Amino acid sequence: MTDPALRSELEQLYARYASCLDNGRYEEWPNFFVEDGCYTLIPRENHDRGLPLATMALESRAMMKDRVYGVLNTLFFAPYYQRHIIGPLLIETVGDDIRVEANYVVLRTKRDALSDVFSTGRYLDQIIRTTDGLRFAEKRCIFDSEMVPNSLVYPI
Amino acid sequence: MSDVLNHDWPDATISRIPYWLYTDPEIYRHELDRIFYGPHWSYVGLSAEIPKHGDFKETSIGERSVIMVRDKDGGINVVENHCAHRGVRFCQERFGTAKRLICPYHQWTYDLKGKLIGLPFKRGFEGQGGMPADFDTADHGLNRLRVAEHNGVVFATFSEVAPDLLDYIGPKILKWFERTFDGRELTILGYSRQRIPGNWKLMQENIKDPYHPGLLHTWFVTFGLWRADQTSQMIMDEHGRHAAMVSSRNAGGEGEVTKNVSSFKANMVLNDDRILDVVPEAWWDGPTVVMLTLFPSLIIQQQVNSVSTRQIMPRGPDAFDFVWTHFGFADDTPEMTQRRLRQANLFGPAGFVSADDGEVIEFSQQGFRQDEANATFAELGGRDVADTDHMVTETLIRGMYKYYREVMEL
Repeated sequence: MTDPALRSELEQLYARYASCLDNGRYEEWPNFFVEDGCYTLIPRENHDRGLPLATMALESRAMMKDRVYGVLNTLFFAPYYQRHIIGPLLIETVGDDIRVEANYVVLRTKRDALSDVFSTGRYLDQIIRTTDGLRFAEKRCIFDSEMVPNSLVYPI
Repeated sequence: MSDVLNHDWPDATISRIPYWLYTDPEIYRHELDRIFYGPHWSYVGLSAEIPKHGDFKETSIGERSVIMVRDKDGGINVVENHCAHRGVRFCQERFGTAKRLICPYHQWTYDLKGKLIGLPFKRGFEGQGGMPADFDTADHGLNRLRVAEHNGVVFATFSEVAPDLLDYIGPKILKWFERTFDGRELTILGYSRQRIPGNWKLMQENIKDPYHPGLLHTWFVTFGLWRADQTSQMIMDEHGRHAAMVSSRNAGGEGEVTKNVSSFKANMVLNDDRILDVVPEAWWDGPTVVMLTLFPSLIIQQQVNSVSTRQIMPRGPDAFDFVWTHFGFADDTPEMTQRRLRQANLFGPAGFVSADDGEVIEFSQQGFRQDEANATFAELGGRDVADTDHMVTETLIRGMYKYYREVMEL
């Protein structure tokens, strides 16, 4: 049985994470990670077969900042909103090590278009407690969606 | 005016490409028949994807689903994925291993070469029913395609009259093909799949267009991975259908060539430059970038240490599926594998220099849809088709349409 205080703290973390991305505060996104934290966005096909290729593989907070800069200043794409719906957190703790699995759906809304399901899958995360609060040491986002609908620009 | 199609390509030129060529369902149907199901070789995969007896991969040529499977003799067969009985697309797995190919509907069973080896109640049951007396299993195999493998890359064709694969590729392009695929053992790093809402030809054009990378892709120009002033060659096969864009990276940064490039970011530096930790490899033999387009469905990428195949599978006039297979070589060090994976951040559906290719293709298709009587303009570097030793040209696009007009009789 997970400590209710920890559960509540983790739920808050995921709600803040979704709020950050869904409200377009991308510059704040790397701060959810520790300095040498990893963000991996990988097709389920590769994950299940043990193939290492990721759609996005960022191995430090610095690399995440570069991604955000690249998205906001160098990539050309049709603008879209994201809306994250994150399911209940499956929490496992061993000592200080916190593991979370959670399903997600990201809806996308492009200008002049109906909203659609952009990506669906699950997070497999490792979280650690720092002096600044809970941070992701690793966030592995495994998407079921077989086809990326054209491009995928923002982190999920 | 074409005899076959109710369209007139104005001015009979290859440098003005009509918008309807990208939107018309009749043209698209004709492309499937003449190009994808005609005398051309289409990529189906890498031999390393199905290393063992019984390993199979499902993919498609044009819109037709096919299965690439390794038989017990070690040969690779490509069969069409529909049962000879009731037409069922029986293989629903993308990869797997099987002793036989079995359609679940009535358990018609084929060997790994596609030969029908058994079916229930062929002789009936207790003297009743069964197949007619003249039924011969030899007449009811799966549709087998012609298959050719060269140095680990597998192609197939529905055509009996397509030339041999190496003649199809042609000596000029084969040289560049064999630079990457010289027979070395490959390791598969993984897949990326996108559905791009644009006509399939736009992706071929994108990789035959050296004009855009230094302009659209800010990343490229800033870090010198692709700039208009670098040493380059544009090379075509004798028909103009296949091409190689060959180029060498320069130092990057600000200079004469970035002056008129509004997307250039002079102060852009990476906080973590491991993504651009490029280490030259002996097999490059000079060029840092070689992009091959093999008509109609394959792109072979070498962008510094990132190597991949990219397969085009049309899905109607307005969309195609685009599948990336990233690979490395069996003798790569763990550090080189890591480097290839890091540099993969530049490519694929989220890539710093390719997410926007998919986007502009979508926007092109939107433009074509709104005024089908219009035409694109591809006259950079002239109106003719010839190899060049610079990249300020759209000659490769013109080359493809020269060949395309012959094949389509348009």
